Amino acid sequence: MGRTWAIIERELRRFRRSPVLIIMALVMPIVQLVVLGYAFGGNVKHLKLAIVDQDHGVPAVRVRELASAASSGAHTLDLIDYADQGQAIMDLRNGRVNGVLTIPTDFSRRVLARNEPRVALIADNTDGFVSVALAGTMGGILTAYSAPTRVPRISGVAALDVVEIYPYVPYVQYLLPGSVVMSIFMMVMIGGGIIYIDDKARGLHEGYLVTPIKKLELIAGFNISGTIKSVIAGMFLIIIGSLIAGIPNPFDPMRLLRLFVVVVTTSFALISLMFLLMVRVSDPLLPRAMFGVLNTVLYFPSGAVYPQQGFPAWMQVIAVADPFTYAVHAFKSLLLKNTGFEAITYDLTFLLLFSVVSLGAATMLFKRSL
Amino acid sequence: MCAIDVQNIVKKFGDFTAVKGISFSVDEGEIFGLLGPNGAGKSTLIRMMVTLLQPTSGTAIINGFDVVRQSDGVRQSIGVIPQAMTSDLELSVEENLIIFAKLYSVPRLKRERLIAELLEAVELTQWRKAQVKNLSGGMRRRVEIARGLVHEPRIFFLDEPTTGLDPVSRVAVWEMLAKIKRERNLTILITTHYMDEADKLCDRIAIVDHGELKALDSPLKLKASIPGKNSLEVSFLNPPVGWQERVERLPGVESVVPHENIYRIATGNGPSTTLALMELAQAQNVTVASLSVQSTTLDDVFVHYTGRALRDALQEASPLDRGPMLRRA
Repeated sequence: MGRTWAIIERELRRFRRSPVLIIMALVMPIVQLVVLGYAFGGNVKHLKLAIVDQDHGVPAVRVRELASAASSGAHTLDLIDYADQGQAIMDLRNGRVNGVLTIPTDFSRRVLARNEPRVALIADNTDGFVSVALAGTMGGILTAYSAPTRVPRISGVAALDVVEIYPYVPYVQYLLPGSVVMSIFMMVMIGGGIIYIDDKARGLHEGYLVTPIKKLELIAGFNISGTIKSVIAGMFLIIIGSLIAGIPNPFDPMRLLRLFVVVVTTSFALISLMFLLMVRVSDPLLPRAMFGVLNTVLYFPSGAVYPQQGFPAWMQVIAVADPFTYAVHAFKSLLLKNTGFEAITYDLTFLLLFSVVSLGAATMLFKRSL
Repeated sequence: MCAIDVQNIVKKFGDFTAVKGISFSVDEGEIFGLLGPNGAGKSTLIRMMVTLLQPTSGTAIINGFDVVRQSDGVRQSIGVIPQAMTSDLELSVEENLIIFAKLYSVPRLKRERLIAELLEAVELTQWRKAQVKNLSGGMRRRVEIARGLVHEPRIFFLDEPTTGLDPVSRVAVWEMLAKIKRERNLTILITTHYMDEADKLCDRIAIVDHGELKALDSPLKLKASIPGKNSLEVSFLNPPVGWQERVERLPGVESVVPHENIYRIATGNGPSTTLALMELAQAQNVTVASLSVQSTTLDDVFVHYTGRALRDALQEASPLDRGPMLRRA
């Protein structure tokens, strides 16, 4: 065991003296959390909507007023009046406006005649987010326009009441569990895989292999030191990320304890996976090339940025085998729902089994010679 | 008892045989050199002796332990300095030594004493807290020498320890090794392709080429074993056909080995042969581009036993080089 600790001591001393590695592994996931969290999480605002009022009747003016209210209230819309629909569509095509609302000449007549009055929204569907936001906003405006002025005391219309059992979860909070797993993974890749292969290429492992250290002591040293580094990265991101994302009560000791258990389990699972992938590799370029591929293959199918229910079948198969899936689920449960261990038992079991299988296979493949 | 006993050792990489049945033994307290060009099989041989590679056949007994069956005993007995600089650059000199002492399970008090002694021996005491990355190449090599001795091994293996060092650092490393060997009664096996290093440092030298042992003896005896007391190295601009035969008939000439336009002439009488050679060249209108006369060197020994100059062999790309290096990289 003394020899294992010698390997761990060496790795941790080197880690402490590698500021670039620390910055890359600790700061990059935070940057990602902040940039992605706030880039994707906000409401769409100040969409330029061209209004072509060909009717000019009272009902048309009312639609225009409701749109103005959306413009001055939530700032979703910036209205621009057009006299010529052709010019408005030309500007839509050229990107000067995001949509064109046309109130046709017979709109007021059809309203008064109760004969299916319609307005047209011409949207730039090359940007799905914008066109969906415009359609949603205009749908709301028209629903408000069509609402009866006199509401019956007891309505016969069925309604849905949505009750959210947790406080509002902004996207930056939704993204935090994935960012924690990503920070662990980055440390595993940079502080584990890449350094391991670089050391091997530099001949440092020869220095170990001529000492009396046992194969299992050597493997334990590499994996425990990698796990410790990854745990530091994971806990750092949990604390800083929770403060940035505004997780309620982030320093609850019991929750921190449960998070620590998941960080350790995830770190060990990912370092085992990395050791398995790298155990027979000797080319220093390979782990660098694998970094991007693994990042994509493991991170995105995990449900960290988008619900897995929206994935095609083949990607759901990847998600089932992906250790990120279970780590992200466990972190979501603890960070967003503050659950106990009962909600994450399955995740922890999977990650532990994954570690045992990966490390077992890596141990069999590890050669205690050149 | 022999410190090292190698018998008929063979190493194959697929169809390629890197070491072809080499046998030798090294006495306790001896400095033994393996001399040969890159790709000769020296590093493969040393890697088998230090348990990094398994021999395909044959045996190697190190300090009484078999490298295959008693590899732990071998590892405990030896200190190894690999060809590449393998100290941790981010760690201090002292930390490098501490980590390796721990890998050899050296008790703390003994470890502290040994590290202090070794740092003194390699003259790095004042640099003990310096990070290795801030040291010069020669100083880093001295760190490695200290690191290899931190568990008091009986036998010390050094794989080309001065490759890449400047001449001053090389001499410093030689002096350091000679001093450590004297003080600690170490057996040292060193591989090198520097003839002067082998000549100055080694009690006995084994010349290895193409995976075979070509000659083995002390530097003096090896030099005495080849014809000629002097060696002439002459280059001609326009040697005619049959020139080698005419040179061989000159007085005192014992052998002539041509390589392109350079002729290496072994002679029992350097001045007389030089005079006769110049007269012959003038008579035959052959231009002498350069000429040097020197006493017999290990390079002459190498030429005699392998048929080529060591410095030429060093420039040749050899599959022996590529095989093991690819595995290590």
